[in-house]
Amino acid sequence: MVAVAALTEDTAAGAPLAIRGVSHEFDIEGTPLPVLDDIDLDVAPGEFVALLGPSGCGKSTLLRLVAGLEPPRAGRILFDGAPVLGPHPSRVVVFQDPTLYPWRTVEGNVSVGLEARGLLRSQRHRVGDALRLVGLDGFARVYPHQLSGGMAQRAALARALVNDPQLLILDEPLGKLDSLTRLTMQSELVSLWQRKGFTALLVTHDVEEALLLASRVVVLSDRPARIKAEVANDLPYPRHRGDPRLAELRHEVLSLLGLDATW
Amino acid sequence: MTSETIREEPAAYLAGSAARAPSFARVAAAGLAWLGAGALTYLLPEQGDWPYTAAYAALLAAIGLALILAGILGRVLPRLDERLRVSSPRLVAVAVLLTVWQLVTAKYEILPMPFFPPPQAILEVFLDDWPKLGESIWHSGWLLAGGYVIGAVAGFLTGVSIGWSRAAAYWVHPVLRFVGPLPATAWLPIAFFVFPSSWSASTFLVALATGFPVAILTWSGVASVNSAYYDIARTLGARPRFLILRVAVPAAMPHVFVGLFMGMGASFAVLVVAEMLGVKAGLGWYLQWAQGWAAYANMYAALIVMALAASGLITLLFRLRDRLLAWQKGLVRW
Ligand SMILES: Nc1ncnc2c1ncn2[C@@H]1O[C@H](COP(=O)(O)OP(=O)(O)OP(=O)(O)O)[C@@H](O)[C@H]1O
Ligand SMILES: [Mg+2]
Repeated sequence: MVAVAALTEDTAAGAPLAIRGVSHEFDIEGTPLPVLDDIDLDVAPGEFVALLGPSGCGKSTLLRLVAGLEPPRAGRILFDGAPVLGPHPSRVVVFQDPTLYPWRTVEGNVSVGLEARGLLRSQRHRVGDALRLVGLDGFARVYPHQLSGGMAQRAALARALVNDPQLLILDEPLGKLDSLTRLTMQSELVSLWQRKGFTALLVTHDVEEALLLASRVVVLSDRPARIKAEVANDLPYPRHRGDPRLAELRHEVLSLLGLDATW
Repeated sequence: MTSETIREEPAAYLAGSAARAPSFARVAAAGLAWLGAGALTYLLPEQGDWPYTAAYAALLAAIGLALILAGILGRVLPRLDERLRVSSPRLVAVAVLLTVWQLVTAKYEILPMPFFPPPQAILEVFLDDWPKLGESIWHSGWLLAGGYVIGAVAGFLTGVSIGWSRAAAYWVHPVLRFVGPLPATAWLPIAFFVFPSSWSASTFLVALATGFPVAILTWSGVASVNSAYYDIARTLGARPRFLILRVAVPAAMPHVFVGLFMGMGASFAVLVVAEMLGVKAGLGWYLQWAQGWAAYANMYAALIVMALAASGLITLLFRLRDRLLAWQKGLVRW
């Protein structure tokens, strides 16, 4: 794909992420709600790790901590060897909710990162490339309220990708897409990740998606989230849905999630 | 591009479906109504002596003729035709109202006379007293513009700073809570002896009346910004300056405009009172002066001018909002 090639001009290689004994809790009207319990996770540079876990177990919270939006109550997070003390454009998040800025056009939304860092003037072409990548060229001047849910989610993805991150943090980025677009975006994500070599941390509810994309699947327990198991997946890319090995892995992961009886 | 959304209000649909009569007939009916109003005004005998009756009747007739002419032009100009078609029932209603007014005043004096002048008396004021009226408009306009702009800017800056900074909120919020609800007119006696001129005092009062609602609404707008907007901008490398100017302020804009509308209403009220009590110029003063001389027609003339000016300014503000907030859906039309 032309756009993919264009976005890879200046390849930012992935950097390692280390999560060391991270615990977190929220205070809900004075009573603490433990959400993360002693999470230890190492992600190698350029690795694609998927997090699976029951709803409300703390996956999004973990991603917020990795992004540096909140400090963990206990433990440390190291990115590229340095402690994470705040957000940084090398670690970009695609949130569960697209949350586009309603007063900016799609193009304006995608350029936010470049604009915030003063790079828009010199690198404006990357905005168009990112839009083409997610299939939104032609909608550059449209306002978010004129987009469908899936288009908004794709715009949010473009807004992250345009920054050429070293770590791409994805919180169910394809959850709102129709199944056809989701399939296309899944293979786009894989090819993008392969070309650019960024490190990726993906939260998803879709076991098949986790197995298709990730080289390692981390299964979390109920809240407070602990790491229950890790399933390595060394199948070569591009992977095929019909692969029998994939079906085996899927069975394994589902049983880890407590769904073995029905499957 | 499939991005066009239909932004028609239900009311527009209703008006459209009710108005399926051939448009020229409707416009011609409106024109005839105005011509009829002119004829009645001219032909019926009057109780008093109104020097401008003929001129006024001619004006009505001219409007009637212009409407008929526009109806003919409308056959080749579809946009004009549409506007005329929609407004012709209202135009008929206005002609009827003007005729009733004419009948109950000049023609039959059903309403007590010096207090309810006929329309031609008001036309007389516009034609004979326009220098004084024009000067009053000019004065009021300047006073309002100065005070409103100062107040809006000060209120906006105050609102953004207390919405953004805890320290600013700590110090400014109590002041705003204590002083804000006080009607700006209550400051009037003090303002007029503290300020060097009545003009600067009035500017201050108008600014105060405008600034308070703008500050409160800007503040609430900034405070209610979806925190995810900040999270996203921060992960993309935004610094506080960007967060304030490019996230908080645009997100708060719909609130700011509510404040600007409220401030405009408040500023009109203060302006009129200040002109009546202190400044010896402007439309408020003109009203006061007309009352002193029992010149009731002049009062009505000033009221009409005020209504037109106020409505025009509100329209202007709506236009500005529609431009700046084009990204919002479901905006109320003025
Ligand atoms: N800001 C907050 N304040 C208080 N509690 C919070 C906050 N954010 C999250 N929580 C709580 O933390 C728990 C984990 O939330 P989180 O959003 O991380 O779940 P999740 O695993 O992403 O769920 P899902 O898969 O449904 O998105 C939930 O019980 C939630 O109520
Ligand atoms: Mg979540």
